[in-house]
Amino acid sequence: MEGWDPNTKSTLTQIPLLTTKAGPRDGAAWTQRLKEEYKALIAYTQMNKSNDNDWFRISAANPEGTRWIGKCWYIHNLLKYEFDLQFDIPVTYPSTAPELELPELDGKTQKMYRGGKICLTIHFKPLWAKNCPRFGIAHALCLGLAPWLAAEVPILVDSGMIKHKDDTTSTSES
Amino acid sequence: MEAELKDMWNDLESLKHSLTDPSLRGPVDKLQLHVERLTNLSKSVPVRRSKVKDMSAEVVDSNPYSRLMALQRMGIVENYERIREFSVAIVGIGGVGSVAAEMLTRCGIGRLLLYDYDKVELANMNRLFFRPEQVGMTKTDAAVQTLADINPDVVLESYTFNITTVQGFETFMSSLRNKSFSPTKEGSGVDLVLSCVDNYEARMAVNQACNELNQTWMESGVSEDAVSGHIQLLIPGETACFACAPPLVVASGIDERTLKREGVCAASLPTTMGVVAGLLVQNTLKFLLKFGHVSPYLGYNSLKDYFPTMEMRPNPQCSNVACLERQKEFIIAKPARDAAAMAKMEAEALTVEEIPLHADNEWNISVVDEVEIETVGATSSDALPEGLVRELPNADESQHPPPAEPAAPSLDDLEDLKRQLEALNS
Ligand SMILES: [Zn+2]
Repeated sequence: MEGWDPNTKSTLTQIPLLTTKAGPRDGAAWTQRLKEEYKALIAYTQMNKSNDNDWFRISAANPEGTRWIGKCWYIHNLLKYEFDLQFDIPVTYPSTAPELELPELDGKTQKMYRGGKICLTIHFKPLWAKNCPRFGIAHALCLGLAPWLAAEVPILVDSGMIKHKDDTTSTSES
Repeated sequence: MEAELKDMWNDLESLKHSLTDPSLRGPVDKLQLHVERLTNLSKSVPVRRSKVKDMSAEVVDSNPYSRLMALQRMGIVENYERIREFSVAIVGIGGVGSVAAEMLTRCGIGRLLLYDYDKVELANMNRLFFRPEQVGMTKTDAAVQTLADINPDVVLESYTFNITTVQGFETFMSSLRNKSFSPTKEGSGVDLVLSCVDNYEARMAVNQACNELNQTWMESGVSEDAVSGHIQLLIPGETACFACAPPLVVASGIDERTLKREGVCAASLPTTMGVVAGLLVQNTLKFLLKFGHVSPYLGYNSLKDYFPTMEMRPNPQCSNVACLERQKEFIIAKPARDAAAMAKMEAEALTVEEIPLHADNEWNISVVDEVEIETVGATSSDALPEGLVRELPNADESQHPPPAEPAAPSLDDLEDLKRQLEALNS
């Protein structure tokens, strides 16, 4: 796991691994996979809470569990910046990872593709491919979104692209 | 307008001749020149050409197909007009897809299906095809607008959704199956799918659809550093599918560690994208119109002007179930294929004497050794030709046995699990 900070590494190893290789078009196998996804997300959320590092909320937006919505946040200079989080489970999941979207930040940073999809580091996809099908949604959040927020939110705040919701001292942005 | 301008020019002419002071003629000449320019401008106002029924080979400047039909006269293509029977689906109408669509439109392709969920943005203007006034339109609609003007004979269909989502994928599949354009065609409703997307997820979705539909397709790509690219032909069961082995990239020769990625996602150049679109459509024309050699894989390293080629056999351990089914069918069909090939060879042997020979190599030129290595999708990067590398590692599923499931029967109900997560979320 070259290129990852020790914190991400140690957190990742504590998230339960998944075993069922199934995507949203695979019927009963997908239901089995979905159960494993929930178990991993429950364990990860519990772990974050007990480490005083709670940083996201996510839940399925449809009964099939193919679309997920929630929130994620990051503390910078003692202020909390919160963003809507959404993604679809791709038809080729888990061979391909879900593309995590922060729609509110679309167009505000270079580190993003169209539609607010976050631009992952060159280390993410190789690690995901190597660990198919053992990594799930929880792993994608831990390896993809957490480092992205840590790298980009300070830049977005310092450059004035985003403002804290209580910050009324300056004129509101577009 | 033209008549008005002509009258004005004539009035100026008579004015000029009625002038007694010759020094005043200069300004009138200038005015006449302006009128002439306006007349030319008024003639270039866009006119939409009407549809043509048959492709004519007549060499007149009003025939949009004369130079293409010349390919047939010269003996490069046997039957160029067949191009009007073909349907091509282009997935991703970006820097490569839009240019490929324009090339096929100008070639007079029968029908184009265009897929993209993005909108045109000013940030796209470093690439070809889209115009600043189209900013804000969906790429598919903007493309249809331009392409219909260029060639109204082409049937254009615009599909604006993301093919990687469950619903988008189903719509994608059914649009490829639709045979209303040529009801008698075997297989799906399209002759070829061109993947011009910029990400692995979408390529895998195209691969999935084409494996399930037994649909031949071509992959194309440009590297994120904008200096290399590739095209690849994929025939389900016969060649490696996109999931048979980790994707290949043409090494730019730049050390990854020195590549500065801070603050950027991807770079792009109209040149690299134009070259890749050209290679892709050239391979498409050769495939559809049956001339020349259809490349199974062609890479492009723009820094060294190096073009590696190779072939990949399917991986019998491919993780894609539909790929394995196609591989089985391909093996079963082998005797019939061999017999057909034999019959074709015999037929060609009979006609070979009639063909005028150009075999004498007058200039004594020998073609430089091609880097053509046949590899199996399964093999690791050591079997790859120079200049090609694997972009992603293989999944090491077998090396790590899954950890024993903790015995927690209460945790095995989906609704229960959902409630547990919701409790944590509240
Ligand atoms: Zn395969």
